[in-house]
Amino acid sequence: MSSTTGDAVLPTTSTPSIAVIETAGKKARKRLTSPWASLIAVVLAVLWTAPTFGLLITSFRPRADIDGTGWWHFFTKPTFTLDNYREALSSGSGGLGTNFINSIIITIPAVLIPISLAALAAYAFAWIEFKGRNLLFVCVFALQIVPIQVTLIPLLSLYVDAGLNGTFWTIWLSHTMFGLPLAIFLLHNFMKEIPRELIEAARMDGAGHVQIFFKVLMPLLTPALAAFGIFQFLWVWNDLLVALTFAGGTPELAPLTVSLANLSGTQGNAWHLLSAGAFISIAIPMVVFLSLQRFFVRGLLAGGLKG
Amino acid sequence: MDTTHKFITMFEAIGLFVAVVGVILFLASRFSGRKGDRIVALAFLLPTVLLISVGLVYPGLKTIYQSFYNAAGDAFIGFDNYSTIFGDSDQRTVLRNTVLWVVITPFIATAVGLLYAILVDKARVEALAKALIFLPMAISFVGAGIIWKFVYAFRPDQPGIEQIGLLNQILMWFGMAPKQFLIDTPLNTIFLIVVMIWIQAGFAMTVLSAAIKAIPEDIVEAARLDGVRAWGMFRYVTVPSIRPALIVVLTTIGIGTLKVFDIVRTMTGGNFDTSVVANEFYSQSFRSGNQGLGAALATLLFILVVPIVAYNVRQLRSSDER
Amino acid sequence: MTARNHRRRGLSLAGMAALALFASACGGSSADNDTAGGDPSKAPVAGCEEYTQYGDLSGKTVTVYTGIVTPEDAQLKATWAPFEKCTGATIKGEFDKTFEAQILVRAKAGNLPDIAIVPQPGLLQTLVKTGKAVAADQATTDMVDKNFSASWKGYGSVDGKFYAPPQNASMKSLVWYSPKEFTEKGYKVPTTLDELMTLTETIAKTGKKPWCAGIASGEATGWPVTDWMEDFMLRTAGPEAYDKWVNHEIPFNGPESTAALEEAGKYLKNSKFVNGGYGDVKSIASTTFQDGGLPILKGNCSFHRQASFYAANWPKGTTVAPDGDIFAFYLPGKAATDKPVLGGGEFMLGFRDAPEVHAFQAYVASATWANLAEQGGGGRCATPNKNADPAKAAGCSDIDKLAISVLQDPNAVFRFDGSDAMPSAVGANSFWKQATNWITGQSTKDTVDKIEASWPK
Repeated sequence: MSSTTGDAVLPTTSTPSIAVIETAGKKARKRLTSPWASLIAVVLAVLWTAPTFGLLITSFRPRADIDGTGWWHFFTKPTFTLDNYREALSSGSGGLGTNFINSIIITIPAVLIPISLAALAAYAFAWIEFKGRNLLFVCVFALQIVPIQVTLIPLLSLYVDAGLNGTFWTIWLSHTMFGLPLAIFLLHNFMKEIPRELIEAARMDGAGHVQIFFKVLMPLLTPALAAFGIFQFLWVWNDLLVALTFAGGTPELAPLTVSLANLSGTQGNAWHLLSAGAFISIAIPMVVFLSLQRFFVRGLLAGGLKG
Repeated sequence: MDTTHKFITMFEAIGLFVAVVGVILFLASRFSGRKGDRIVALAFLLPTVLLISVGLVYPGLKTIYQSFYNAAGDAFIGFDNYSTIFGDSDQRTVLRNTVLWVVITPFIATAVGLLYAILVDKARVEALAKALIFLPMAISFVGAGIIWKFVYAFRPDQPGIEQIGLLNQILMWFGMAPKQFLIDTPLNTIFLIVVMIWIQAGFAMTVLSAAIKAIPEDIVEAARLDGVRAWGMFRYVTVPSIRPALIVVLTTIGIGTLKVFDIVRTMTGGNFDTSVVANEFYSQSFRSGNQGLGAALATLLFILVVPIVAYNVRQLRSSDER
Repeated sequence: MTARNHRRRGLSLAGMAALALFASACGGSSADNDTAGGDPSKAPVAGCEEYTQYGDLSGKTVTVYTGIVTPEDAQLKATWAPFEKCTGATIKGEFDKTFEAQILVRAKAGNLPDIAIVPQPGLLQTLVKTGKAVAADQATTDMVDKNFSASWKGYGSVDGKFYAPPQNASMKSLVWYSPKEFTEKGYKVPTTLDELMTLTETIAKTGKKPWCAGIASGEATGWPVTDWMEDFMLRTAGPEAYDKWVNHEIPFNGPESTAALEEAGKYLKNSKFVNGGYGDVKSIASTTFQDGGLPILKGNCSFHRQASFYAANWPKGTTVAPDGDIFAFYLPGKAATDKPVLGGGEFMLGFRDAPEVHAFQAYVASATWANLAEQGGGGRCATPNKNADPAKAAGCSDIDKLAISVLQDPNAVFRFDGSDAMPSAVGANSFWKQATNWITGQSTKDTVDKIEASWPK
């Protein structure tokens, strides 16, 4: 099982059979996009989307209908209202606008900082030889298991002692700490996949680690960085616990999630508001996901090898 | 604090961070050649190690320490908390459920994510198609809870009452009686796991898609020229090439599944034999106010992750050997 | 961590607006003095006489942390406005649904607000035991002695030391029903437990399941059953036995409490009586407590036992009034003369020893504040302040008026929700959990035995 990793990637790299048979290539491409494949993809997409679609419909139905009949009744007896969105948007003590800005202020550094630090650390773990490297790496990624909940009291005590409580710093630092293990794990494994020859060649040319990091690795890692960027963004954007614990729910610092969590009111039963709220909060992550898609590009590595 | 001031603070923070990293890089760039490797490694790792030590290692160790103390955390009680965990018959169900979650979720979520990533790769509407599977990841747990309420909800089959849960409506369309999906054991645990798979498949799909895109074009091209068919391409080109990413995804979802309790907490509250270790940890620590027992359950999570870590160590060794 | 916060009352925007008007009137715009509830002070000096006792607190800030959220946060803030205006202090509120889990974390880490509004005596005890709480000062204690019954003061005390004055209260011993159905069918509101059972049987004979219930509430699933049991404990065993049971002076699996749960079971576990509109007994466990009573509206059941805050759950357009679509009657005692009331409340626990913090605590304990809360209407209407002026409650909902009349009734025997006062390992864990198991089939004996076994030694 373990021995396949090594020989699978590299040997195939060195077996580009030079025979140029255009038609074979076209055939293979055709088979990959057979109608069966499309059918399976569509079925999966429908299965995955149907529950969310139900919520989307629900968010436009009047409250009495939500409680009384299933959302699919929308198609036979359509009842449509924007009240849920209107009510959800007008709630929140400081207005959702302030929360929205806070979310942005929180998210940007809390995504940039861990990605940069993790990229540096992952590089060190992947391409610099030093004693205890693997042990340290295993320790770092195993730390993913520590539940955020056990860190709350010790960390908050430290922040209070440092006088940092009630500032954005606590949230940025905490998200960085919690995001690093996964980021390093993810990026390390992507970096490891970069052919050794590439790094060796650069070193032969006299490049130092810093140059290799920026000139050779960074361009190749774009998809991986984009992938992690999306997730770190999501966690931070959807986080409630870290923001509440370290910064508190005061309007000056509270992100969108705090207001949305309070949406259902003190009394609780507000499926109609919560369903609208869920779609308000999902808008930005979807935009980020779609816009980061253009970094998912193919062929960078191949180009690098040729050059 | 007004908006402008907030943005200034943010840019200050970013500026400060860039300065720190800049200094690190500058120092590191002065040591080229193999001898400077240690210093470069140290410079690259120092900020990470510092942050992680404060944010994760210290609280983790403190948790292990507290697991030997009583509920209030003021008297040493040895392994009593652990014998409480293993002595209770309810807790055996909890352990069984946890194993079920960790065994099922990563493999199915990864399989779905991988399959989908391959199927839509290079498709005309790839970005949009991927967004559909990714959607559940972007929804908060609160949103997911409501979404699945409208899937699993139960209403009796009697005149004047309409189903509001999609699954029971489907059952009724097929002439079957509605079921209590979340109450009837042991299948209810499976129905909860479905929610986790639904969320995590988006993670698997995104990472694996990135990995697939990183497969050198010439490998794929070469295989094609050799007349490799779809299945062969998957088996001999795609999977081996993205193997490290697969391990990352399986490991990450596995660890995430061990830790997750929001789904159980919001959907059944751990009732009807659906609780998992992480949920017990949460309810002991934050509801029952039993700090010692909560810490012991968290420590149990640390122990449960060891097999996953061990597997990764083996992978790491074998990849170093090449 | 949030579910217990759900157990409060609803809203009334009209009342809120009236209060806002009052607040601005206090600021000096005397033109609006006779709006809505009316200005309590006739003096043109912005009505600040009642506030002089708190002194000049200009430039001082008091931070308040609470689980009360929209729309009641605005209602609450409106009751603070006159105090801020007249004393010069600033009250900074933090409104957070996850208050109950957060406050313990913050207490342990030393990041505390000046005042926390604590909704359970059990949590209050835990917080005081962290050693960070500050006892009430003399002025606050005097205010509480003057305005509240000894039992309310007791719930705000730990080991004989008084800490936290009460704020609002809620009433739990209520049965929601449809006045329309009662008129049509000629049913009478029962005045004893026996009458309630007879009426239940009468309705069941018509083929309708008389009761509906729901106990699902995320991690807090099961809590409505604890309220049922407490109500019956209070009625069948009496208040003295109830207190002993809550304080664990008699065991949880003793004869009194076992009998009380059996009594509740006569309704909740009888498949002829439940669960109208939702199915069999088991369906109680999967129905959310918010949805529990809704079938009354469609005529699928007749009764739903739930606290006064349930008023907020009726859909828009439902008339909640003695002659409307929906109203509630007091869950009767064994005899018509018995008046046991189960309820809940909130307490203002201080964490900073400063004049402005004590002054604000005293203010909330004053009749001035209680009148403002009543005037504001909405979810902050009901207080246990016996010197509050009932006339000021005109803007409150009918259900809150009913709650106020019972809470401030000197003949009523008030007892705090027992599970809120038990150690959290029981009151916020095993009690909920075993009550849920009881609904899905576990015997009464196993249930009480298991809860007894979980009581911290």
